[in-house]
Amino acid sequence: MRSDVSKINENTPYEELTEGLMMFAKGTAKDFATGPWRTMTPVFDKDLCKQCLLCAPVCPDGCIPVSDMKRSDFDYDHCKGCGICEKACPFNAITMVPGTEPVVPEKDAAAE
Amino acid sequence: MSMKDRMSGNEAVAFAIRQINPDVMPAFPITPSTEIPQMVSTYIANGQMDTEFIPVESEHSSMSATIGAEAAGARSLTATSSCGLALMWEELLVAASDRMPCVMAVVNRTLSGPININCDHTDAMGARDTGWIQIYAENNQEAYDNFIQAYPIAEDKRVHLPVMICQDGFITSHAVENIILNEDPDVKDFVGQYEPEEFLLNPGNPVSIGPYAISPYVMEARKAQEEAMENSKEVIREVARRYREKFGRGFEFFEEYRTEDADYIMLIMGSAAGTAKQAVDDLREKGIKAGVLKLRVFRPFPASEIAQALSPAKAVAIMDRTESYNGHGGPLASEVRAGLYENGSSVKALCYTYGLGGRDFTVERVYEVFDELKDMIENNKEFRQHRYVGLRTNSPEVR
Repeated sequence: MRSDVSKINENTPYEELTEGLMMFAKGTAKDFATGPWRTMTPVFDKDLCKQCLLCAPVCPDGCIPVSDMKRSDFDYDHCKGCGICEKACPFNAITMVPGTEPVVPEKDAAAE
Repeated sequence: MSMKDRMSGNEAVAFAIRQINPDVMPAFPITPSTEIPQMVSTYIANGQMDTEFIPVESEHSSMSATIGAEAAGARSLTATSSCGLALMWEELLVAASDRMPCVMAVVNRTLSGPININCDHTDAMGARDTGWIQIYAENNQEAYDNFIQAYPIAEDKRVHLPVMICQDGFITSHAVENIILNEDPDVKDFVGQYEPEEFLLNPGNPVSIGPYAISPYVMEARKAQEEAMENSKEVIREVARRYREKFGRGFEFFEEYRTEDADYIMLIMGSAAGTAKQAVDDLREKGIKAGVLKLRVFRPFPASEIAQALSPAKAVAIMDRTESYNGHGGPLASEVRAGLYENGSSVKALCYTYGLGGRDFTVERVYEVFDELKDMIENNKEFRQHRYVGLRTNSPEVR
């Protein structure tokens, strides 16, 4: 029954699909970019970050990569912009901005 | 070897479950099937079987847990009736489309309204398009025999579909009759070990079951599922033959009772077939060539086989223990007539609704139906196509 699901696509005849559309593969959600669904985007300021790692475990989508006990920038291909990490951060190192891009709006120089 | 005993239909099914000793049974009580999980729980408490029984909070949960356990790789089952089956609605389709070979003991009871707890086929007939195989029993012996055949059908590679084993509420489930039981080792040997090919708790072989399908995949998945249902015909036949060879009982798609030279045939399903056979014996003594075709398998629907069996008759009565509110009969009426048409048969048919909400269906009522078939053929009398049996009415001509 097990077959190479990477060979299945929208032109595959029904006889060659898997039974009950079972997926014989692991971690396939990685290949499906769901990040563009978000309406708010977290921006990471690594200078303010103390690497306390309170943010990583509260992310519902596992979008804060951690290695060697240090977090790096967000996985924007899968982050849905829920903002829980911003609330968890005690050091204001995460800022939510509108839109799908992690760009902090430029401050108006004239206003300063 | 076999054992003679006396049991109700519920006891017979619970006994079969003990003999099969499946892995997981989530269930929620509902009349008239409550005794099945109750008796299984007793067997477990007494150490006579080691099935994991899960008391759940509703039938929505019992079917969900059955699917979950089956997906994990466990041989699973549940039991229900009426509103319980209705509450499982969403999951019934999921079980079938995920191709889960789980089994359910259904004890047929009507659905509200008017609210009533007695037998008719409204519940299971409502679930006829959910993708489950449906097998019906005339008596406790058949409920027992059918249940033992359920897993060998469901788990066959050519099928992988869920199976409902149906019996009539109270009439069969609660009436105690003589029964012949098989020995435990013979049942275990017949059913065999469950060895799923793909399942969730299988380290090193990751699989996702029931993923979201975008539009380009749904029609193809349904066609494959429909094909599995079609394939199950062959498997149901094979399993029935194997059962008869080993235990000496049972039928394939239907039982043909005195139909070989019959002018008039009644097609009927469930416990009322016994009543119809008695009436047929009486009518035969009076020289009327009557017969009964008792349908055992409703899904997959053996349309051409039925058409072949009915076609030599002069007229047939198609008996539905439910109402479809379509103006021309119940599900059997629609599907049997479609099958007759498809197979080029022009046998005359009248469609009857009988026995709703536990209304008794007696031999006298069967005589009346055969009288009408005879009247239609011999006297060219015209009858309304869809009729009610034993209805109180002020205008008998339209009943």
